[in-house]
Amino acid sequence: MAQATDMRQAAGTTPPDAEDEVKVVGIVCNWCSYAGADGAGTARLKQEFEMRLLRVPCTGRIDPLFAIKAFEKGADGVLISGCHPGDCHYSEGNYYARRKFELLDRMLPFLGVESDRFEYTWVSASEAARWQKVVNEFVGKVKALGPREGRAL
Amino acid sequence: MRIGVFVCHCGTNIAGTVDSRGIAARAAELKDVVHTEDLLYTCSEPGQSAIQKAIIEKGLTRVVVAACSPHMHEVTFRRTVEGAGLNPFLFEMANIREHCSWIHDDYGLATEKAYEILKMSVAKVRQLEALVPNEVSVNKDVLVIGGGVAGIQTALDLADAGLKVTIVERETTIGGTMARLDKTFPTIDCSACILTPRMVDAAQHENIEIMAYCEVDKVQGYVGNFTVDIRKKAAMVDWVKCIGCEICMQKCPAKAPDVFNVGLAETKAIYIPFPQAVPKRAAIQVEHCRWFQQGKCKVCERVCPADAIDYEQQDEYVQKEFGAIVMATGLDVFPWEQHYHEYGSGNIPDVISGLQYERMLNASGPTSGHVVRPSTQGIKGQEPEEPKTVVFIQCVGSRDESVGRPYCSSVCCMYTAKQAILTKSHAGMDTEVYVFYIDIRATGKGYEEFVKRAQTEFNVKYVRGRVSKLYEDVIDGSRKVMVRGVDTLLGKQVEVAADLVVLASGITAADGAAQLAQKLNISYDEYGFFKESHPKLRPLETNTAGVFLAGACQSPKDIPTAVAQASGTAAKVLGLLSRDKLKTSPQIAIVEQNRCVSCWKCVEVCPFSAPQKQEQRDGTYLSHIIETVCQGCGICVATCPVNCITLKGFTTDAIIDQIEELLLA
Repeated sequence: MAQATDMRQAAGTTPPDAEDEVKVVGIVCNWCSYAGADGAGTARLKQEFEMRLLRVPCTGRIDPLFAIKAFEKGADGVLISGCHPGDCHYSEGNYYARRKFELLDRMLPFLGVESDRFEYTWVSASEAARWQKVVNEFVGKVKALGPREGRAL
Repeated sequence: MRIGVFVCHCGTNIAGTVDSRGIAARAAELKDVVHTEDLLYTCSEPGQSAIQKAIIEKGLTRVVVAACSPHMHEVTFRRTVEGAGLNPFLFEMANIREHCSWIHDDYGLATEKAYEILKMSVAKVRQLEALVPNEVSVNKDVLVIGGGVAGIQTALDLADAGLKVTIVERETTIGGTMARLDKTFPTIDCSACILTPRMVDAAQHENIEIMAYCEVDKVQGYVGNFTVDIRKKAAMVDWVKCIGCEICMQKCPAKAPDVFNVGLAETKAIYIPFPQAVPKRAAIQVEHCRWFQQGKCKVCERVCPADAIDYEQQDEYVQKEFGAIVMATGLDVFPWEQHYHEYGSGNIPDVISGLQYERMLNASGPTSGHVVRPSTQGIKGQEPEEPKTVVFIQCVGSRDESVGRPYCSSVCCMYTAKQAILTKSHAGMDTEVYVFYIDIRATGKGYEEFVKRAQTEFNVKYVRGRVSKLYEDVIDGSRKVMVRGVDTLLGKQVEVAADLVVLASGITAADGAAQLAQKLNISYDEYGFFKESHPKLRPLETNTAGVFLAGACQSPKDIPTAVAQASGTAAKVLGLLSRDKLKTSPQIAIVEQNRCVSCWKCVEVCPFSAPQKQEQRDGTYLSHIIETVCQGCGICVATCPVNCITLKGFTTDAIIDQIEELLLA
C-alpha cells in the first residue's frame, strides 16, 4: 500500500515534455469498454495513436485518485469508460463510478486541469464504432489543448 | 524476480505494423526481465512450448506475453505457464494487436506504442502474486428461459442426461414462434408435426418442470449457485383445476384480438392460444374481460365444469435455485407498421406480414388454411375472395439502415420461397406470384435448390429490386394493391396490381430482451440480441459465467440452426455441471482486518453481499469478505475510506505502477 499512500501526497513534479505529443491514459472496464476496444481492433477501425489503455474489472474499481495520479505524472488527458448505466456486469459498479467521476470532473478545473482533459463515458462490448469515435474525439480535444507543460497537476 | 517477455508476430497481424523482434530485444533492458523472445505464433504448439522451455531453463518467475487481447488467449497462456509449474496468475498479457497493430498504420509509431503497452504489462506483472482458486459446491438444476423450439431442445437434452430442468415461459403455452408456423423450409414439413410432440415430450418428462405464464423477476448469485425469483402471473384460472376443455372460451361473450394469429382473427377474453397448447390451460385477458371491466358477466365461472375460474387470483412469487441458466427467449417480428409508411403503415388490409400469412396458410389458422384477401373477409353473404396475384416483398425491416436494421434476418429469403410455393399449392398454380428481392441468401443445406424449385417448378417470378410504394387503387372495378418498384436487372420501373401483398418482415429481438439481460448482467447489442462471449471460441456462452445462449435470442436464425445451437448449449451446460465442485476466480477482494474501521461501506456497496460483519474475539465486528461469494469487481476496494481492501490481480499498486511506467519518460 506504500504507493497508494504516496498517491495521496501531492509529491513530485512532472518534467515538461519536450515534444508536442500528448499522452492520454484510458482506464476501462473489462467487460464492456475493453471488449468494445477489442471489437474496434478486430474491425480495423483506425484510431488516434495517443491512447494507452489500462484494464480493470469494473469502473467501480477505479479510484478517482488514479486519474489524479495520471495527471500528476504528466498525462495530458484521462478517459474512463465502462458499461452503460443499467448494463454493469456487476449490476451496480458503474453507478458508484458515475457519482465519483462526476465530482472529479467538476474538481479537476480547480486543480488546474482543463475540463476537456477528463472524460468519463460508456461504451458497450458491441459498440466498436462508438469506441473509435470516443477515442478520436477525446484525443482530438486533448491534442487541441496540447501538452500540460510545467505543472505538477 | 525473473521475468520472461514473449512478443508475438501473429504472422503479419502484429509484425506487419509492429517490430515484434525489436521490442522483444528492447524489453531486455527493463528491470527484472531476464529473458526475451519473439515468436511467430505464440499461441501455437511451438510458441507455447517455447514459453514452457524458457520457464524451466531460465527459472522464470513471471511471464508477460505481448500478443492479442486477453479476452482471446489469457486462459490459454495461463494454462501454458501452469504446465511449466508456474502459478497461472503470475502471468500478464499485453494487448498489442487489437489495441495497437490493427488500429494503426504507421510502423514506427505503432512499434513505439506497442513497446509502451508491453512496459505497462511488465510493470504490472511485478506486482502480481500467486493465487489459488477456491471451490464451491454446485447446484445441478438448470433454468431455461423461453419455451420455444430452442428452449425445448436444450431442456430435453439436459433432462435426458439426468438433470432437473425448469422452463420459464412468459406466454400461457410453450412452443414459441415455431408453433405459429405452418410449414418449415426447405422440406415443407408440417411445423406442428415436428414441434408439438416435442412440446408434449417436455411436458411429460420426469425431469422437466414447465412454468408457463411466468416471468423471471430477479436473478442473484453466480455460476453454480443462482437464486432466481420467478413471478407466476395471475391467469384468473386455477391451473391445477383447469382441464383445458375450452368451454369457457366458447361461451365467453367478450372478444379480444388474437395475438397468436397476429391480429388476423379475434379470440375471447378467456382463451387458450391454440389447440395443441402445452400446458393446455385457459387464462383471462383482464383488459378485455367484461367482469373485470364492467363488473358483470361471470359466464366462464358458470360454465366451467372444473370450477377453475378464480377472479381473485394474484401474481405469486417463487424462489428457486439453479446452477446454470440458458437464455432461449427467441424473437419478435419487426414492427413494420411503425416504420414503413410507404407500405401503408398497416392501414391497407391486403398488405400483411409473413407471420400473418403463415397463420393464414395454417389449417388450424383463422381461415382454416385458405388463402384469402383480408379485405374481403367477414362481409355478409359473400365468400372471401381468393387472390389471383400475390406479391412478396423481402427485406422489410432487415438490411435497411433507414429503419435502423442493417442486419440480415437470415430466414426471410427462405420463408418467402416457401410461402410462394405454398401459395401456388393453396390458391392454384395459375396464381401469379412475384417476389421482390435485394439478393437471395440461401446458404443452408438444400436451400439454394429450394429457391430454384420455386422459380422453375412453381414459376414464381423473382424481381430484383425494392418496392418504393404500395397504394390502393380500383382497376376494372376491383380493388387492388398497386406495387410500384424497380427491376434493377432490366433497369426499369415496374408496377404490379396485386390482390395480396406479403411483407417478409425481419426478425428483431424479443420484446423485453434488453431488460432481461440487465437482470442477468449479460451483454446485448443495440438491437437487443444477447452477446456471446466470443463468436468462435465461446459462441454458446455469455460473459457471465453460468449463463448460456440458445436460439434466436443471440441473432436471427432458422430452426435447424437454433436447434443445433440449443443442443450444443445443452452439452456446454452438462460440461459445467458434470463437476461437483467449481473453481472460483481467485482474483477477489480481501480485507486487511487490522486496519478496518467497521464503517460497513463495503457491506453497503457490494452487489453480491460478499463482505460480512465478522465477530472478533473481543466482541467487536470487522469486515470479512467471503471468498467464494466475491466476484472480484473491486467496488468495495475503491469505496473503502481507509484503503484496507485489496483486489488480488488488480491491486492499487499494480495500477499505479502501470500509470507511472507509461508516463515516466
